[in-house]
Amino acid sequence: MKHAYTWGAILAIVLASTTGDVLLSRAMKRVGDVGELWRRAGLLTVAGRILRSPSFLFGIFMMAVAFYSLLFALSWADVSLVAPASASLTFVANAVAARIFLHERVDHRRWMAALFVAGGVALLAT
Amino acid sequence: MTLRKYLVLAGVTLFAAIGDSFLARGMKQVGNVSLQRLPDIILTILNPWVALGILFLLGFFAAYMTALSWADLTYVLPATSLGYVLLALIAKFVLHEQVTTTRWLGIGLISAGVGFVTQGPALTHPPSYQDKANDGALAEPVGSPVGSSLGSRVKP
Repeated sequence: MKHAYTWGAILAIVLASTTGDVLLSRAMKRVGDVGELWRRAGLLTVAGRILRSPSFLFGIFMMAVAFYSLLFALSWADVSLVAPASASLTFVANAVAARIFLHERVDHRRWMAALFVAGGVALLAT
Repeated sequence: MTLRKYLVLAGVTLFAAIGDSFLARGMKQVGNVSLQRLPDIILTILNPWVALGILFLLGFFAAYMTALSWADLTYVLPATSLGYVLLALIAKFVLHEQVTTTRWLGIGLISAGVGFVTQGPALTHPPSYQDKANDGALAEPVGSPVGSSLGSRVKP
């Protein structure tokens, strides 16, 4: 039962974190290049555009869900399992989600990058 | 990719690694926070290392959002994962922790992953603000090669 709770929480971390990243990325693409916008219209305009974006606010909310899921998972299992499992699965889930929802061109180079980094993170935490 | 953009990616990497290290150092000084006395966690920001860690993590978030405004998510995440390597190197050379062969292998894999992604373009899909511009007066004539207007963005 403890095992199921742990992996359920890891799944929740991965899903919430991926949803958060995708939403934040979508929000920032809509805002546009922050550097250019800052030079053209000033910092207040940049901050206003970001904070008025529903995708940004929902993305922050999902990041908070991921954080609390992490705390929950840590109360059930060791950090040496939870941290690498959730971090490396999130890299792979982000590649899939970015391809589907953000229409990014995830070619073999990006797949290799996501898998290598995911494997590396898992090894670092052992 | 301009120098400014590389600096933003470096900022994402450095601010996250330094912020996490400061938080870890501060929380070790503060000691265990019991689940029964969870509100105590608010008082932990009075510790200077924790406060500094939070400042650096705010810097990380600003740099991360900036990077996402001009690069793909599948570019930014692997490209900034060198922070894991940096943390392992800090553990080895500053905190004098033992870094095992498995961890060195992990460092090698992450570095290879970063190498793969940074050789490709930072942006592979036109951002939606550009779509909107193309819908209006700035729209390109029908049939014009879209690649030509995106070329400068897509190239690294």
